[in-house]
Amino acid sequence: MNIGITDRNTDIVDRNADIANRDADIVDKSKGVENDVLKVEHLSVSFTQYGRGLRRRTLHAVEDLNLSVRAGEIVAVAGSSGSGKSLLAHAVMGILPYNANMDGTVYYDGEILTKERAKRLRGREIVLVPQSVSYLDPLMKIGPQVTKGKNDAATREKSRRVLAGYGLSEDVEEKYPFQLSGGMIRRVLIATAVMETPKLVIADEPTPGLHPEAAKRVMGHFREIADTGAGVLLITHDLELALSAADRITVLYGGRTVGEAAAADFLCEEKLEHPYMKALCRSMPKNWNWDGYKLCDSGEILEYMRKEYGR
Amino acid sequence: MTQKTGKLKFIGKQAVRMAVLLFLASVFAFALLTVSPVDPLQTNVGQTALGSMSPEQIEKLKAYWGAGVPPVKRYLSWAAAFIRGDMGISLLYRRPVAAVIAEKLANSALLLFSAWLISGALGFLMGILAGKRRGGLADRIVTGVSLVIAGTPAFWIGMVFLMIFAVQLKLFPIGLSVPIGVAADEVTLADRLYHAVLPAAALSVTGISQIALHTREKMIEVMESDYVLFARARGESETAVILRHGLRNILLPAMTLQLSSVSEIIGGSVLIEQVFSYPGLGQAAVTAGLGADVPLLLGITVITAAIVFLGNMTANILYGVVDPRIREGAMRG
Repeated sequence: MNIGITDRNTDIVDRNADIANRDADIVDKSKGVENDVLKVEHLSVSFTQYGRGLRRRTLHAVEDLNLSVRAGEIVAVAGSSGSGKSLLAHAVMGILPYNANMDGTVYYDGEILTKERAKRLRGREIVLVPQSVSYLDPLMKIGPQVTKGKNDAATREKSRRVLAGYGLSEDVEEKYPFQLSGGMIRRVLIATAVMETPKLVIADEPTPGLHPEAAKRVMGHFREIADTGAGVLLITHDLELALSAADRITVLYGGRTVGEAAAADFLCEEKLEHPYMKALCRSMPKNWNWDGYKLCDSGEILEYMRKEYGR
Repeated sequence: MTQKTGKLKFIGKQAVRMAVLLFLASVFAFALLTVSPVDPLQTNVGQTALGSMSPEQIEKLKAYWGAGVPPVKRYLSWAAAFIRGDMGISLLYRRPVAAVIAEKLANSALLLFSAWLISGALGFLMGILAGKRRGGLADRIVTGVSLVIAGTPAFWIGMVFLMIFAVQLKLFPIGLSVPIGVAADEVTLADRLYHAVLPAAALSVTGISQIALHTREKMIEVMESDYVLFARARGESETAVILRHGLRNILLPAMTLQLSSVSEIIGGSVLIEQVFSYPGLGQAAVTAGLGADVPLLLGITVITAAIVFLGNMTANILYGVVDPRIREGAMRG
């Protein structure tokens, strides 16, 4: 037998084995995914920008981001501003701006979430709770915004019930967004989410501008939603809030996943693996000690991250 | 402050503003006429006729045209009469200025109003189409067309329309507001409309670009806003987004802009009416200006300035009535 041919045959066998392995992988994954409402794998979001003249450049906003959310669980995604947190939400829902390119795989309920599927599910099973009053139409009254303009008795009854559940009286429906306080707006935004029966709630910075008491109350609302069996993805830059509200925390840096840990692990530096997460843990006011020396290495860690993550 | 005194104060303020505007406009128009090199006698009577006249006759004509009277005195005597409600006698038409303006304005009204309406509606639609998707095919076409129109003088568009639709295709008459050789009482409404189509179309085209570009800008802003993003995230279709959020948020600025663009339509009508020999207010203004017919020109200036002012004022009031942020804010304050 010719040696070359044998080689090629083994090659083919190898490749077949590879394919078989990959198939097994996929099967495995779908098993693992079973419990996950949302699983994001190797997500990248990049923008094509026109620089000076006609030169095009690609800006990577999110790179190789991984995370998962199980049913009944709150997973916090924490990261500094500019770490691609909001883009993650928009990518999952398929509402990225037109000049954005997305790569990677998003599984929802065990199946790949294609753009078409996302379009079908968003606003029904997958809902977004945005961050501020600017997400409400400034010239439309609250009532029709909550009901999406549906005027049948059942929808109106439901919106009445939902708003009342958040302590918002009937006359709020007749108000315009600019007439409500920040806290009321936040509750209206959460109310829009539970107008449906969501399986996945993506909350994009739901608390800034609220005092700690109100923020805690808002977090309580998300816990209630999670307790109904929905997965909640909480996007925030407030690590302390994330610790108090979430079950697990995924830390992002420069659009990439640094690591993931149970919320409880953040109370104990030794349980964390990545130096950035250790540093975050140390930076928490609770973990400060009086001589303050542990704070001093923040410069070092940032330098390290810049080298590792390239930004 | 009670609602009633507030309203009175508003009306008083607007009245003062209007008075100041009309005063300045008339002074400016008068000053331009005074420094213009047009000699009323040379222009309106002619060199040959003047040569054959006796000095007494020429003196009489000079007095008729007001030549030799100091400008300030002439202006003041006009203004004093105007305040009493007397707009004077047109020197060229030899009829009361008020009557001339009424007749010409009636002729122009159809032209002005239809052009204003058509350019507004068309520009608005074009703006929505373009702004719906920034950089899309519709956007590039609308922006391109608007910029070309914005850079084209109104009279040139009028001439091109005449060449294509009147001369070559023979679809419309080449000018005037009524058919030639028909008795005035036999002219039908259909005749008038038929003659108004081409100038109205030309005037509409010149008004489109501004409203289209502004609506496009506003539409882009709305489509890239957070609340449209949220509407999409909540599963609202593109059509629902445009109808429910887009229109609601761009209609008000568009209406305001259109109301304040009355001045441009009137300005354009001066040129268009000249091109189409359309006997309207614009043409009368040109005649009065070239013939040094001071009372008529000042009358036309004041009336058109008042129309423009009313358009702007309506826009202001409309904003307060329609926009809840201003309306409710005013109620609270």
